Amino acid sequence: MASVMEIYQLLPKTNCKECGKSTCMAFAVDLLSRKVKVGDCPPLVREDKYKANYEKLSGMFTPVDNVTETGLIVHADKCIGCGNCVVACPVNVAADPMGAGSGKAPTCDRIILKVEDGIVKAMNVQECRRFGENKILCVACIDTCPTKAIEFV
Amino acid sequence: MENDYYVCTGCALLCDDIGVELEGGKLNKVHTACRKGFAFMKGCTNPMECAVNGERTDIDSAIKEAASILRNAERPLIFGHANSSSGAQKKAIDIARKTNGFIDDTSSFCQGPMVEAIMEGKLKTCTLDDVRHKADVIIYWGADPANSHPRHMSRYSYFPRGKERQRGWEEDRTAITIDVRKSDTAEICGQNGFYQIPVKGDAEFMDAMVSALSGKIPKTSYDLDKKKLLELASILKKAKFGVIFAGLGMVYALDDREPLYKLMDKLNSVSNFHLIPMAGHYNMRGFNENLFEETGYINRVKFSGEEVLHGPEYSVVEALRQKAVDAALVIGADPLSSLPRSVVRYLEEIPLIVIDPCHTLTSVKANVTIPCGLVGVETGGSAVRMDGIEIEVKQIVDTDRLSDEEIMTRISEAL
Repeated sequence: MASVMEIYQLLPKTNCKECGKSTCMAFAVDLLSRKVKVGDCPPLVREDKYKANYEKLSGMFTPVDNVTETGLIVHADKCIGCGNCVVACPVNVAADPMGAGSGKAPTCDRIILKVEDGIVKAMNVQECRRFGENKILCVACIDTCPTKAIEFV
Repeated sequence: MENDYYVCTGCALLCDDIGVELEGGKLNKVHTACRKGFAFMKGCTNPMECAVNGERTDIDSAIKEAASILRNAERPLIFGHANSSSGAQKKAIDIARKTNGFIDDTSSFCQGPMVEAIMEGKLKTCTLDDVRHKADVIIYWGADPANSHPRHMSRYSYFPRGKERQRGWEEDRTAITIDVRKSDTAEICGQNGFYQIPVKGDAEFMDAMVSALSGKIPKTSYDLDKKKLLELASILKKAKFGVIFAGLGMVYALDDREPLYKLMDKLNSVSNFHLIPMAGHYNMRGFNENLFEETGYINRVKFSGEEVLHGPEYSVVEALRQKAVDAALVIGADPLSSLPRSVVRYLEEIPLIVIDPCHTLTSVKANVTIPCGLVGVETGGSAVRMDGIEIEVKQIVDTDRLSDEEIMTRISEAL
C-alpha cells in the first residue's frame, strides 16, 4: 500500500479546497483510509495536466466493495482460498480450536474468516482483534497470505 | 452448519472436509474447498460428448468401437489414470494384460522415482496426519504448495495446530523452502527460511548439507552462504520430527537418487526425517500402488503373455517416440497438453480412445470419445492421497453418465 506522502505527491498540491478539505494533505489522508474517492478531487478529474496522476491514483485505489468495519478487504481476484488466514487467525483458533484452528472445516459460527466457493469471506467482524476498544494491530491474516489478497485500510 | 462432508478431488491432498449446498440437483455453494478445488468440483465448462470419428453416437456403440480398436491392436498403450478412480485403474491393468499392451501413467514423467523409492522401502515416509500432529521442521524442496496444493500448508503442514504442536506455526514449526526461485511458498517461509539454489543445483546442495550435518564446511561450485547453510544444519539436527516435501523441482534436478539417499541417511542418523512426494493429480499414487500390487512395478510396464516387462523403453514417452504402439487408450489425462509435441504427434497417427468428463486437447484428436462422470462429484470410488492413505470418495450429485470404472469394466468385458 502506498504511503500518504506518495499519494500527496500525485495530488494537485494547490490546496484549492474544492473537495471540502482544508488542504491536499488532508485529502490524501482521507484517501488512504478510503473515506473519499479519487474522483472527489475536482481539479484532478477536470484538468488535463493531472490526467496521468489521476490514472495512477485510480490504479492504486481499485474500487472495492465489502470493506468491513475493521477495514478488512479481501481481494477476490487474488484470493486462492488456501485457508492460511482461516487457520492462522487467533480469533478463529479461540472460537473453533478443533475445526478451523486445526486446518479442518469450521464447526462453529463464531469464526470471522471462512472459505466459501474458493474465496475467503469475512463475517462476525466485531470479533476481530482490530475492532472495539482494546483493538490491537493484529496482522495474522495478512502475514500468512501467499498472494497478498487481504488488506486493511 | 453442514456436517455431511465430501472429498475434493482437485489435487492429491483429497481434502475430506468439504461442505456443499445443493440446489436443483446441482452444486450451489462449496465450503472450505480452495479455489482450485472449487473450480474442479464445479465441473467442466466444455463437457465431452460421446462420439466415434467425430460423429455423435450412443455409449454402447462407442464402447463397442473402443473394444474393437483394442482387440485389433497388437501393442496398445493404456495411459493416464492419474485422474481416475482406483476401481477404473484396476480394470485398466486388466485390459492391458488382456491386450498385451503397454501401461503407464503420468508418474512416469512426474513423481514416479520418489514413489518407487518409498514403495521399495528406500525412503522413510509418514502420513500427512503425522505431519499435522508432530512435524516441527518442514522443508518444501522444489515445491510450491501455495500454488500447486493450496490447502497443503493450512490443512497439514505449517499452520494448523496438532496434538504435539499445540502452538502451531508461530512457535512450534519451522518452514523452509529450497527452490530455484522465490515462490509464493518461499514468501510465507520468509527470508530466513528460503534457500535459493541454481537450476540443477539440488544434488550439490544435498552433498553440502551432508557435509554441514557432519560438522564440515560445506562446499558448492556455486555461490552459497556457508554460514546460512550451517544454521540450516543446526535447525535440522534439532528437529524432533522433520519432513521433506519433494516437489517436481527436486525430481527433475536429480539424475539419480543417490545424493537424496545419502542426505536422508545422514538426516536420520542425527535426527528424524521423512519424505512425502508432492503428487499432483488426485490418484497418481493410487495407480502406482495398484500396479505395484499386480506386477511389482509402479509404472512403465508392458504385458507380454504371462510375462511382465518393465523398463524405461516401456514408458509413455519412449513408446510414442519409438512408435512402438499401434493404438492408445487415454483415461484421466491429457498427454497432448502435458507432453512435448514431438513426442505426442504420433498419437494422431494411431487410433485413439479418450475417456474423460471434459473436452481436452487430446480428445479433439481422438477417434472415440467416451464421457464419464467426474469422480468426487458425479460418481464415487476410492483414491489414494499423496502420502499413501486410501480415501473413500462419495458421489454428490446425480448424473446420467457412467462412472469411469463402469466404462472400463464394459470395455474389458467386450474384449
